[in-house]
Amino acid sequence: MSDAKVSLLEAVNLALHRAMGEDENVIVLGEDVGVNGGVFRATLGLRDSFGFKRVIDSPLAETMLGGLVIGMAAQGLKPVVEIQFMGFIYATMEHLVSHASRMRNRTRGRITCPIVMRSPMGAGIRAPEHHSESTEALFAHIPGLRVLIPSSPARAYGLLLAAIDDPDPVVFLEPTRLYRMNPQPLIDDGKRLPLDSCFTLREGSDITLISWGASVMETLQAATALAEQGVSAEVIDVACIKPLDLDTLEASVRKTGRCVIVHEAPRSCGVGAEIAASLYERAWLELQAPIQRVTAPDIPPPLYRLEQLYIPSVEDILHACDSVLNFA
Amino acid sequence: MVHNKVDLPYTRYLSPDGQLLGELPAWADDFNLLTRLYRQMVLTRLFDHKAVALQRTGRIGTYAPTLGQEAIGVAIGSLMHAEDVLVPYYRDTAVQLMRGVRMEEILLYWGGDERGSHFAEPAVAQDFPICVPIATQALHACGVASAFKIRGEHRVVVTTCGDGGTSKGDFLEALNVAGAWQLPVVFVINNNQWAISVPRRIQCGAPTLAQKAIGAGFHGEQVDGNDLLAVYDRVQIALERARHGKGPVLLECLSYRLGDHTTADDATRYRPAEEVKHAWLEEPIKRLQTFMAGQGVWDEGREQALIAECQELVQRAVDNFDAAGSQPPETLMDYVYAQWPVALADQREWFLERAARRAGGAAHE
Repeated sequence: MSDAKVSLLEAVNLALHRAMGEDENVIVLGEDVGVNGGVFRATLGLRDSFGFKRVIDSPLAETMLGGLVIGMAAQGLKPVVEIQFMGFIYATMEHLVSHASRMRNRTRGRITCPIVMRSPMGAGIRAPEHHSESTEALFAHIPGLRVLIPSSPARAYGLLLAAIDDPDPVVFLEPTRLYRMNPQPLIDDGKRLPLDSCFTLREGSDITLISWGASVMETLQAATALAEQGVSAEVIDVACIKPLDLDTLEASVRKTGRCVIVHEAPRSCGVGAEIAASLYERAWLELQAPIQRVTAPDIPPPLYRLEQLYIPSVEDILHACDSVLNFA
Repeated sequence: MVHNKVDLPYTRYLSPDGQLLGELPAWADDFNLLTRLYRQMVLTRLFDHKAVALQRTGRIGTYAPTLGQEAIGVAIGSLMHAEDVLVPYYRDTAVQLMRGVRMEEILLYWGGDERGSHFAEPAVAQDFPICVPIATQALHACGVASAFKIRGEHRVVVTTCGDGGTSKGDFLEALNVAGAWQLPVVFVINNNQWAISVPRRIQCGAPTLAQKAIGAGFHGEQVDGNDLLAVYDRVQIALERARHGKGPVLLECLSYRLGDHTTADDATRYRPAEEVKHAWLEEPIKRLQTFMAGQGVWDEGREQALIAECQELVQRAVDNFDAAGSQPPETLMDYVYAQWPVALADQREWFLERAARRAGGAAHE
């Protein structure tokens, strides 16, 4: 088992199997998650292992799913609901914003909402319209929610298990571009990863590269290219978008003095803006160059012919690093 | 407008002037029960009246009066079992009081304090707080009912909304999933004819709201929401049906919103005085009182004693509300997450500093 290479998608599936096996209160529901195993097959095999009462094919109604899980959670179940694509998640937002995220607070802890809302996110798989969204910032703005985006099989596995354990609502976004890319060895030992923490993927001393989601892949490639030029880049996968582990980011930037933030989402009011503003507040005297952001512009994700233009490339990241490293 | 032919049941036992229209169900012979229900309606109305008065004098914030809706709420509240769950909307003072929510809690909520939704009575520990975003509660109710069904428990969820709420997608998605999964949930529409200023006739093109259940594959019916005997009878049957795995029921209770939408509303801007005057002739409390007096089980002396007893209870609740004080600032952060995240520690620090600074500033004034 320890030698088996597992994709991010398979890691999600393993975590769901593990969580359902450990706790009978864990319920998986959504559109096509049962017999079909989900359109990406993230829930494959769950129906056979845990039965139709715990792995539920729902009517095709996202608002309903957003509301239903609140009632289930109030009764002590731990629903893990799949929204088929992030482009369809908006119908659930009234329930996330007005109810799930604040039920504990409204009732002074009497009723809680331990739900996990999973959804594939991001561009790059030549999908139809509304299947390439990166709108994590919408959710990161909401007090009471947690927003997680894994960028490796290990983080998908450990963070999803931690999200299901967590007593508060979690939006768990899975980059489709990484779903089947770079399978890695994974031990299915049920080990949770900490929430509310960034992951330093590569240590360095000259520049800090901050990213999350699918863009972590290009960011790591940029770091490799920089190393070939003799530049030591630290790479941090934020992973936990809300709440943000600013302490880790600050410590890195204090060390390197230079920072580039890379995200696939549109620039304005993106999570990158929050990170940059916080780093300026906390460490501006340590900064040796203005922080740069490499993002999508403020346009809708294009249909697939031009979608690669939308996604930050290794070259884009290196270009930004250049200007930060060579700032007068 | 073309309507598919539907012929839904409509139940009424008492005429608006309190006369018996036909044979009553056997349970209605229990005058102790009727007296208890009547008492609760009177208590609700006196409390409601006090809440409006407290708003008018600035002691609580905006309040949604329940005037004229007492029969619906009291019938539901008295029939639900303790282990059932109520998922209410914002005009549900009557049901909440009957379930065991305390009057001072309702005052605290509308008086701007979250502790008003932390119900002290164990019997209502699983009841939802009132829901402000329209009809969203209907879906939460289906989630609770799903949990009952998954665990094989014989418990029922009751959820309520107004006539306007039935126009919202959430309501229709709730009916749909309740029908698809045959959930143990009873939907009660308080059709009080007005959604703030929008009258029922332009809210929906269907001749009844109850028939929305038909499209979802389950039973819907109408009942006179000002006739306590009728509401009690139909809610009882709906609850038993849901409890015994026979699926959801939609009850449309025809009533009238005798008060403003909330204390921030002025209904004289949009509805004629004659209409309201006529509606007062059909209101539920006088109707039951007339019936009970006709049966020889109620009189003026009992009425006065009841009012005095209820007013004392209401006053005691107001005193408790007055004594509650405000929550300390840190409680605003104590329940956002199970534990305030370490990653947000700096926010807690500066927010509490702000609070301390303002408290200090106030002391210097």
